[in-house]
Amino acid sequence: MTIKRSSSHISQRYDDELAAVKSQLFEMGGIVEKQVTDAIKALLEVDSELAERVVVDDEHINTMEVTIDEDCGLILARRQPAAKDLRLVLTIIKATTDLERIGDEARKMAKQAITLAEEGKAPRGYVEIRHIGQIVANMLSQALDCFVRQDVELALKVAQEDKTVDLEYASAIREMMTYMMEDPRSISRVMSIMWSLRALERIGDHARNIAEHVIYLVKGDDVRHVGLKQMAKTVHDQ
Amino acid sequence: MTVDTNSSSLSSNALSSDDARDTSRDYRTTVGKIEVADTKMSMRNVNVSYGDKQAVFGVDLDIAKNEVIAMIGPSGCGKSTFLRCMNRMNDTIEGCVVSGSLKLDDQDIYDPKLDVVPLRARVGMVFQKPNPFPKSIYDNVAYGPQIHGLASSKVELDEIVENSLKKAGLWNEAKDRLDQPGTGLSGGQQQRLCIARTIAVSPEVILMDEPCSALDPIATARIEELIDELSANFTIAIVTHSMQQAARVSHRTAYFHLGYLVEIGATDDIFTNPRHRLTEDYITGRFG
Repeated sequence: MTIKRSSSHISQRYDDELAAVKSQLFEMGGIVEKQVTDAIKALLEVDSELAERVVVDDEHINTMEVTIDEDCGLILARRQPAAKDLRLVLTIIKATTDLERIGDEARKMAKQAITLAEEGKAPRGYVEIRHIGQIVANMLSQALDCFVRQDVELALKVAQEDKTVDLEYASAIREMMTYMMEDPRSISRVMSIMWSLRALERIGDHARNIAEHVIYLVKGDDVRHVGLKQMAKTVHDQ
Repeated sequence: MTVDTNSSSLSSNALSSDDARDTSRDYRTTVGKIEVADTKMSMRNVNVSYGDKQAVFGVDLDIAKNEVIAMIGPSGCGKSTFLRCMNRMNDTIEGCVVSGSLKLDDQDIYDPKLDVVPLRARVGMVFQKPNPFPKSIYDNVAYGPQIHGLASSKVELDEIVENSLKKAGLWNEAKDRLDQPGTGLSGGQQQRLCIARTIAVSPEVILMDEPCSALDPIATARIEELIDELSANFTIAIVTHSMQQAARVSHRTAYFHLGYLVEIGATDDIFTNPRHRLTEDYITGRFG
């Protein structure tokens, strides 16, 4: 006998419900990604108008989080998903939380951008913002891509990249401290840069979380708090 | 990133990534560990045929002492047939041939010299439809211990009846009406009476063939609660069509497909991360 491979559920509506909640998450991901790049741009280009828009648009992300959670709750209640479907719903719920937090961090950065626009540019730190911002934006983009493609190799890469962000962040903070000691008048403005760096570092953490959820979704093994070596083993089925 | 609103991209990629893990689509080889530490029953290469039609193919499975093992699978997958081999219920079906090794502790269940009556006292069975005898509640429970000579006095028999009804969670509802017919009870109560009747003869293993399929959700919940309590003293093998029930009550789950044991594993793993594609398809409702 040949086994018919069926990828869809017996219930078409169940398929539709899962597809709908997935596309909502990806839509949310797209918006959050734009919020992050806009916040970085607003900071670098001292664009308070763009920063204001980021602050306002965060509300939209919050609303999406609630909607997606509600829809996932309904799927759990109606369908009692199991195995891959259960992992998908759990992953969506968790990824939504991370995306919402990333949105919050983008808003924090935008607020710092507004402050700096009012107080005048910080004397230093933009190189670091640009550099770490690029890595983090790329991580977020890859974290979302690996979810869409269910690509665990890419997910592993995102998690590994977080290590780089942590190192760059620590080094940037040390440099900012030096500037502040050199020129105490700039403390307030350099602090704004430091808060923004902190937000970027957090976004990196959340992107890593999303990547870890994707590994769980695909492999069925929880790779949170296990370290990169173990994570690589899970990804490579070792 | 491009926002992908096309759902198919996610599911088709899910397939390809799972394919890497799913080393074999062959359902003739069992995925998972069949051996257990504290073996109560041990089955090896069990084949069952009804005339020309083979229903079970070379199933190997161990059942541990005091474990609850659930057997799931689509209709006609051989799970009930396999369950019924475990106390030789299939002997009563004409043309049914069982081969292989089935052991309870170290005793061969299919030893031609073995008397099936004491075997069925050791391996009791609860059926899909509650089937109390057309006797009083008391006599339903007392019948087994009487014919097996388990009670030497009326007092002792009373004690067995009371204990069995208590263990089956029916004592409080039935203690004032022990002389009334068992058939007068509600469906859920009748099923608990059948469970009391089964445990009255102190079995070691209880086989349950879809024990809740004729019951409402409340009665089902009570039976499930009971299964949990009974597992402290008995080994339980349950065949069920309700996957949620298997997920709730069992420690291990066995998935059958076309007469083969496809996958066996810890219930927690089977329902979150099954290894075989067919198990995944069945429990996620993709089987068709």
